[in-house]
Amino acid sequence: MATHNLNRIVTGLAKKNLPTCLLKRTSINSFVVTKRHATHFKFYPDPPPIDCGPTEKMNLFQSLTSAMDISLSSDPTTLVFGEDVAFGGVFRCTVDLKEKYGQDRVFNTPLCEQGIAGFAIGAAVAGSTVVAEMQFADYIFPAFDQIVNEAAKYRYRSGGLFECGKLTIRSPCGVVGHGGLYHSQTPEAHFAHAAGLKIVIPRSPIQAKGLLLACVRDDNPCLFFEPKILYRAAEEDVPVGDYTLPLGKAEVVRLGHDVTMIGYGTQVHVLKEVAEMAHDELGISCEVIDLVTITPWDEEAVCKSAAKTGRVIVSHESSLTGGFAAEIASTIQKECFLNLEAPVERVCGYDTPFPHILEPYFIPDKWRCFEAVKNVTNY
Amino acid sequence: MSVGRFINCAAIKAAYVSSFRQTFHGAAISAVRYKSTTPQSEDPLGMKIIGGPRSFINKLEFLEPKLEDAIPIYRVYDTEGKILDGTQDPKLSEDVLHQMYHSMIMLNTMDEVMYSAQRQGRISFYMTNYGEEASHIGSAAALDNRDLVFGQYREAGVLVWRGFTLDEFMDQCYANVNDPAAGKQMPVHYGSRDLNFVTISSPLATQMPQASGAAYALKRTHPGLCVICYFGEGAASEGDAHAAFNFAATLDAPCLFFCRNNGYAISTPAHEQYRGDGIAARGSGYGMITIRIDGNDVLAVYNATKKARQIAIEESRPVLIEAMTYRVGHHSTSDDSTAYRAKKEIEEWTSGDNPINRFKFYLINERQCWDEERDKALAAECKKQVLKAFTASEKRKKPSPSLLFTDVYDDLPPNLVKQRQEMVDHLGKYSKHYPLDDHEPV
Repeated sequence: MATHNLNRIVTGLAKKNLPTCLLKRTSINSFVVTKRHATHFKFYPDPPPIDCGPTEKMNLFQSLTSAMDISLSSDPTTLVFGEDVAFGGVFRCTVDLKEKYGQDRVFNTPLCEQGIAGFAIGAAVAGSTVVAEMQFADYIFPAFDQIVNEAAKYRYRSGGLFECGKLTIRSPCGVVGHGGLYHSQTPEAHFAHAAGLKIVIPRSPIQAKGLLLACVRDDNPCLFFEPKILYRAAEEDVPVGDYTLPLGKAEVVRLGHDVTMIGYGTQVHVLKEVAEMAHDELGISCEVIDLVTITPWDEEAVCKSAAKTGRVIVSHESSLTGGFAAEIASTIQKECFLNLEAPVERVCGYDTPFPHILEPYFIPDKWRCFEAVKNVTNY
Repeated sequence: MSVGRFINCAAIKAAYVSSFRQTFHGAAISAVRYKSTTPQSEDPLGMKIIGGPRSFINKLEFLEPKLEDAIPIYRVYDTEGKILDGTQDPKLSEDVLHQMYHSMIMLNTMDEVMYSAQRQGRISFYMTNYGEEASHIGSAAALDNRDLVFGQYREAGVLVWRGFTLDEFMDQCYANVNDPAAGKQMPVHYGSRDLNFVTISSPLATQMPQASGAAYALKRTHPGLCVICYFGEGAASEGDAHAAFNFAATLDAPCLFFCRNNGYAISTPAHEQYRGDGIAARGSGYGMITIRIDGNDVLAVYNATKKARQIAIEESRPVLIEAMTYRVGHHSTSDDSTAYRAKKEIEEWTSGDNPINRFKFYLINERQCWDEERDKALAAECKKQVLKAFTASEKRKKPSPSLLFTDVYDDLPPNLVKQRQEMVDHLGKYSKHYPLDDHEPV
């Protein structure tokens, strides 16, 4: 199943000129070729939220389409645009939206990320709700100036006379198994430094739909990074109706009392599996927290858990130095110093660009996290 | 600056390019060309690539940009204010003419006082608009006051025209309690919601793709309005400028792109900024209707902007206007332009092509609605008003330090509540080391 999913994702990536050797499905079926690894995680679906009405089986990209559909239908000013969104998007996130809402609301832009961001900001300033797509988070950097110097600062510098709160930029991010340097990044740390932005990373379809709608309706410019490996791999019973989930609130996805493990996106599932391993093999009870919102992050929930367990692991795919785990670790040691029984452990990608064939050795997989549990409990 | 010929023909000579083919074939005139006999509907590839059936040529010939093909400059009156072609005089009412002239003089007077204020250490920074008064006032007067303005930083005349008060200008420069942005930005970074003038930001050209997007949004929500985006010839080199033009053109946004080509980007002269025929020559490359105008001729600016606005709104498309002018003043109070240009050059422009004088001569000689006595009185009145506002502004308090944390988000998240408290506690202990007396209370 994992290989099948990888093939599908690869086909999606074909739009970005990957070497064709990766695209030939036949090479997977031939007897000569490299065996692909299974994904590095196991997806843990959540039950649907209570009181959100009827549900339907949806994967991550379908839940995102549903969110955008609801925004387009409930808000006549909503615009959805980016490269290739009109035909449905390279990851099928915008399928049928143009047909349903028209080309003036769901449309392709020229291939220019700084233009997408600038245009999106301007449309939001002029009063339209905007959901702009950056095809891959790895390609968001031409838009860095617009996002950091303009979007983040619009309200502050004008005293609220002008703002782009109606702006949401969404972008696929994260480890995908074969993405290499430029199809695997999650740039949350670069943007976390720009006060005025909200950054959200969902772990699942139910989370993604509610959080995307929350971002769209939040009166601040939001960056919404979607772990692309979950687009097909993650499937849940997602409410078909309109619902939002709170921004700025972390979620304890597994209660425990010996060790706190904090992550976001796909990594939450890695940590959940590590918690099971720790329980089964070491008799250690781990509390797993999904940070959900990177900025502004839920310091209170994280510190409450850290103070309870005294042993903390923070884990993300992005590189170690200057990564967001550093921010969390720094705050924990300041606020919970006397409660800590061990230094805060960070299990992250190494300080290198994201490698292709060496990905399994780069990522903070369950074995590295498992080892961190041992370190933090044996200190 | 581009060397251009001045034109004043009966019809406004917009470089009206309606399709890619016109430009492409413009220069190659001697080769044998096989025009496609395929009807439009049967060349789908051509339709996709260039929007029409393709034609082919059998001679190897390159397009070469030539100086003599430079886009000419539209003007209505000469450097003495004398009308060149009567059909081009918009014959504006005396009231409007007086309001235009009054605005130019007020802008000029305010610039003189505020520039001196910076030199005397009263404000931290200032940028003058000397030499560009006609570009500001002529374009602003041709718009609807509800049209959204995205500026760069040298368009204060647009605000003067729309009614931004002297107090509002100075309160922003003095960063005092009356500034709606609580003194968060350097001087001259004005903004006004009521006057539909988006707050200025320092990064260059960032406003350009924003203007494209705002125009797109307004087309849907407020048909009948447009967006105008001002930028300099230097900013036009930024990637954001290219993005703006391309997006506005492909997405049919009713946006006016008004380039103030004033000859300098700080010390960099225009001939070091581009190799082609200025900014106007780029317009047709994006499929945009384009015109080059005399930016020191109020009526030329007015006529072109008015027509451009009509085109943008009626046809849902962007229009590029390149206004040729000259930056008489230094880039800012942090610049001494005599370090990179001769004083003589500045004097030649000030005496030979002065936008305020040209308009004055038009008013006096062509319209008989002005005279030197009224001119002296106006100058004195403007000076008086400016100094009155200046004195009052200088006395006002600075904003409370607590405002440091407002407007980062729509409300105060927990981390900022905490940080604000830290700051307040710190000031409680170290108050004597901070100029708290200048500010409203914490």
